[in-house]
Amino acid sequence: MGNGTSIGRVRGLGSGKHGTHHWWHQRLTAGSNLLLLLWFLFSIAMLPSYDGASLTKWLSSGWAALPMALLIATLFYHARLGLQVVIEDYQQDETRVVLLVVLNLLTALGAGLAIFSILRIAFTGTPA
Amino acid sequence: MASKPYARPLSPHLGIWRWGPHMLVSILHRATGVANSVGLGLLVWWLAAIAGGEDSYATFVDVFTVSGGGLNVIGYVVGIGLTLTVFQHMASGVRHLVLDIGAGYELRKGKMTAMATMVFSPLATIAFWAWLLVGKH
Repeated sequence: MGNGTSIGRVRGLGSGKHGTHHWWHQRLTAGSNLLLLLWFLFSIAMLPSYDGASLTKWLSSGWAALPMALLIATLFYHARLGLQVVIEDYQQDETRVVLLVVLNLLTALGAGLAIFSILRIAFTGTPA
Repeated sequence: MASKPYARPLSPHLGIWRWGPHMLVSILHRATGVANSVGLGLLVWWLAAIAGGEDSYATFVDVFTVSGGGLNVIGYVVGIGLTLTVFQHMASGVRHLVLDIGAGYELRKGKMTAMATMVFSPLATIAFWAWLLVGKH
C-alpha cells in the first residue's frame, strides 16, 4: 500500500461508496433472521394456547417482546432489500422509482405498526 | 465509425437448457421471498390485533378458524403455505450463505444441496404442524 499518490493509497480497497453495502446487509439480516425466526417458531410451538389473553401474557414479558421487536426489524429490513432487487430486475424508468418509494413507505409503515403493537402489549399488558 | 446494423449471431445457450434442481431452487428462493414479504403483512396484523384487545383479536381469529376453534380452509392454506415458504427460503438462504464463501459449486454437490433444501422444507413443515395439531395435545 503506497503512501504516495492518492490513487495509490485507495487502489485495491474496493468501492469508496456503497459498493457492497446492500449485499452485505442482506447477509447480516439473513443471519439475524435465521436466529430470531428459529426462536419465534420454537416459542409459538411451545405456547400453551393461542387465545388473546395467553398471547398478551407471553408478549408482556421482555424475554418475548424484545426478540419479537428485533425479529420485526430484521425481517422488514431483509424483505426491503430483497424486494428492492426484485423491483430493479423487472421494472424500468418511472415505475421503478415509484415502486421503490412505495416499498420504503410500506416497510416503515409495517415495521412501525408492528413494533408499536409489541410495545403497547409489553407496556400495558399484564406483567408475566 | 457508424456501421449498418445486421443480424448478429446469438449465443445458443439461452435456447438450449432444461430445468435442474439448482434453477428451481434459485427461482423458488425469489418466489418464497416475495411470498414471505406478503406474509409479513399477516404478522403485523396478528400483532396489531393482539395489541388491540380481545375484540380485535377475535376478528383476526375469526378469519382463519371455524366456530369450534379449529382452523378453517383459509387457516390451513395460509398457515401451512406460509410455513412451507418460510422453511424453503430459510433452507435455500443457508445454501446461499455457503455458496457466498465460495463452497459448494461442484456440479454434484450443487445439485445435492439444491435437492436437500426441497426435501427439508416439506419435512420441517410437516413436523411443525404435526406438533401443533397432534403432538402437543
